[in-house]
Amino acid sequence: MAQQGAIMGFVHRRRRGAELFLLFLALVVGIGAYAAVGIGVQGEVPADIVGYGGWLAALVILAHIVVRVVAPYADPVLLPLVAALNGLGLAVIHRLDLAAGETSFARQQLTWMTVGVVLFIITLLVLRDHRVLQRFTYTSGLAAIVLLILPMVPGIGREINGARIWISVGPFSLQPGEIAKVLLVVTFAGYLVLHRDALALAGRRVLFIDLPRGRDLGPILVMWAVSLGVLVLQKDLGSSLLFFGLFLVMLYVATERPGWLVVGGLLFMAGAFVAATIFSHVQTRVNLWVDPFAYYGEGTSDKGRQIVESMFGMAWGGLIGRGFGEGSPWRISYAESDFIMAAIGEELGLTGVLAVLLMFGLIVERALRAALISRDGFGKLLATGLAAVFALQIFVVIGGVTRLIPLTGLTTPFLSYGGSSLVANWVIIALLLRISDQARRPVPDLSAEPEDGAADAEATQVVKLS
Amino acid sequence: MNKPIRTISIFCLVLFLALMANVTYLQYFRADDLNDHAGNARVFNAAYSRERGSIIVGRDPVATSRPIDDQYKYLRTYPQPFKYAPLTGYFTYAYGASGIERSQNDVLSGEDDRLFVTRLVDLLSNDGTQGGNVALTIDRAAQDAAYEALSALPGDVEGSVVALEPRTGKVLAMVSLPTYDPNKLASHDFAEVNKYWAELRDNPAEPLLNRGIQKTLPPGSIFKLVTAAAAIESGDYTAADDLVPGGSTYQLPLTSGDTGLIDNEGRSCGTDRIPFTQAMAQSCNTTFARLAVEVGADKMLEQAEKFGFNREYLEGTGPQAISRYPENADAAETGQSGIGQFEVRATPLQMAMVAAGIANDGTVMRPYVVDEVQSADLDVVATTPIEEFSSEAVSPATAAELTKMMVYTVDSGTASPAAIPGRSVAGKTGTAQSGTDDPPYAWFMSFAPADDPQVAVAVMIESAAIDRGEIAGGRIGGPIAKAVMEAVLR
Repeated sequence: MAQQGAIMGFVHRRRRGAELFLLFLALVVGIGAYAAVGIGVQGEVPADIVGYGGWLAALVILAHIVVRVVAPYADPVLLPLVAALNGLGLAVIHRLDLAAGETSFARQQLTWMTVGVVLFIITLLVLRDHRVLQRFTYTSGLAAIVLLILPMVPGIGREINGARIWISVGPFSLQPGEIAKVLLVVTFAGYLVLHRDALALAGRRVLFIDLPRGRDLGPILVMWAVSLGVLVLQKDLGSSLLFFGLFLVMLYVATERPGWLVVGGLLFMAGAFVAATIFSHVQTRVNLWVDPFAYYGEGTSDKGRQIVESMFGMAWGGLIGRGFGEGSPWRISYAESDFIMAAIGEELGLTGVLAVLLMFGLIVERALRAALISRDGFGKLLATGLAAVFALQIFVVIGGVTRLIPLTGLTTPFLSYGGSSLVANWVIIALLLRISDQARRPVPDLSAEPEDGAADAEATQVVKLS
Repeated sequence: MNKPIRTISIFCLVLFLALMANVTYLQYFRADDLNDHAGNARVFNAAYSRERGSIIVGRDPVATSRPIDDQYKYLRTYPQPFKYAPLTGYFTYAYGASGIERSQNDVLSGEDDRLFVTRLVDLLSNDGTQGGNVALTIDRAAQDAAYEALSALPGDVEGSVVALEPRTGKVLAMVSLPTYDPNKLASHDFAEVNKYWAELRDNPAEPLLNRGIQKTLPPGSIFKLVTAAAAIESGDYTAADDLVPGGSTYQLPLTSGDTGLIDNEGRSCGTDRIPFTQAMAQSCNTTFARLAVEVGADKMLEQAEKFGFNREYLEGTGPQAISRYPENADAAETGQSGIGQFEVRATPLQMAMVAAGIANDGTVMRPYVVDEVQSADLDVVATTPIEEFSSEAVSPATAAELTKMMVYTVDSGTASPAAIPGRSVAGKTGTAQSGTDDPPYAWFMSFAPADDPQVAVAVMIESAAIDRGEIAGGRIGGPIAKAVMEAVLR
């Protein structure tokens, strides 16, 4: 009891000052990169640097103030990492805008970033305790399915580059899958935390693996299968892979049974084999991965151009990169969205790519740390799920762009141009901050006299839900 | 649930490490391989956009890159396009490069190892890599004189002039006509470039050819110097005053009838034996055909190869055509070869080397056009060393006798148009038959001053608007050679 008392007595520091300092560094990265783009491409610091930098700073500082007020114990590293990545992404998109001459993706991205930060703030303000989300387990599951199906509805669904994952209403278009991703994590976490004991203990043993009862696993399995089926119909390979991996990770963490990973791994291999045999678009991707040069240049379909140009660009960037404005990242089609890492690789070099990977790695690490120290099962599962979504998405997209795995097409979080992705990721960060705030917050001293009503309410709440 | 979360952490770590290892492989270990890939337009465009070094003659660039406000940032510019095009070559986006632009590409683009330090400084100061400069051995006055004199011939001239410094092998002048405007090929208006390229390619006069080194023709009578050299080196004849076989006709061995009968086209070559100097001055075919037969095929081949036939020697530009002296010639063929006919083919540079070898006491120096490689800041990073190509192509004594004959040929023979008042000039004419219908080629080679040679010249006129009967090496080649020699001696 004494040892436990010592652990319970450990109080995380709030570290909001550190966060502010790191945010300042993140702004230096974002605004500095924007200035560097101007110097590199146009030979002068952009005239709107003050307005641009001011806007970026205002957004970030506003987010910081909200965190300071409503989530004072939240992890101090996450927000600066995200601010730096978002700022860098804006600069790279701006650089590609300048090369194209006719696009204004960076301006739109800044608007989306504003929307993202606003939603981030709203999430933190409205959601004072992440456990509230557990109430919406089935609602969010249903919403996720509906969102996933939306692109297939005639009239609002749009097929872009072979994948039917867009909807457009009036002037707005978005990828509902990005939002469905977050909702699905909430559903999985809510369901699994309730049924984890049953899943882990009840059931029959078949060939070393304890299979759970159908009524325990059934509902969520059906849900997952539906979402996967939808994605397969939409030819969205990246998201299919993401949802499969996410489900597997969360099932494993909930049940603590590595057997699920084995089963899932085998299923994945079987599925991948079947997909590569049956679906021609999967086959094409695999062929392009095995030998992109065979599909590059005159006399071929030239389908390999994108990945080959990406590799040429990264090789051309070398260790330290060409510098902003000194490369030719516009040679890669969709450099501003799926292939933004190739643009970074060309102009900022291996150094820049590794720095970005480290920042992503740190985000995943901080999210998993929040999961570890979280005091409730739902929080643990939610944080792990969000971390896994993040890590898998980065692996799939950057692995695809650098030809580690076949290209599947996903956005790079915070860097790629795209409103839905950016907004969804800002909300993910808000959820992670909320979980880490809850986890790092000092445990109310139950033995002491309640000092005021708030402490009383909190103490009561802990007892009620745990 | 913490144990599986820790496992997931390790799994995520593995994913990120795999990504990092893969980008490191891609951007470091495999980068060179990818950059060298044939289809890599990115690298090519960057090289095309780089500030390429200049090609310099004297103090002036004859090819330089000037900044331009377009995608490629720099435009290759040739201030004296026609005069220097055969030397500098062209630098194009779609058709590669030629001449110095091609052979010295590593220096001009800044990739040469000798420019390593400069490149390092560029890297640290974040300037774009600047190419190094290439300084040529060309003497501006000689090049001007050669170009103007050759262009002054009537009609569409096809010909070439090459001048060497006998003691070093430096190429002092190299002119080729017809020529072209490399500015039009370096243009960033690629449609215009394509049009001009097609025009040049389809022109039967082959303007893209550097006739000084890339086209071989029968050298005709100027090859008689090689025959004379072989005859003296053989020991049968020792001095310019010796008597050699003369006569108005000579029936080649193994032949009968007109085809094997050699005559002198009415020049005075005596009846039996005449002085060597006279034979040279009158360019007696009968004498030199007979001498070649006397010397024999092997010795003739050996002598020709000492002067550079059948070998490659010019570095720094190119590609060069190899001058040929036939191997395994029979007696009749050897006789014809002795007067520069049959299968003998030479470039103007080759004949300039023969003249320079005689001028340099029998030692042939390796010819070169690149004098220095300079960094972008004009610091000299390399100088081409002077090398002997053939240490005794002929003995100094033989060289002295040959010089005497050539001086006599200028003073009172066919080469008199090259005479410079107050200077002793050595020369030899040639008028080579290429076929009965084609006009003959006019050749001329000379050096001056004969007692202290500063310059050796070969002139070749393949075609010009001159009546067939008027074509003679001395009459049209002599004044050109004279102009070049005067330009160097002035």
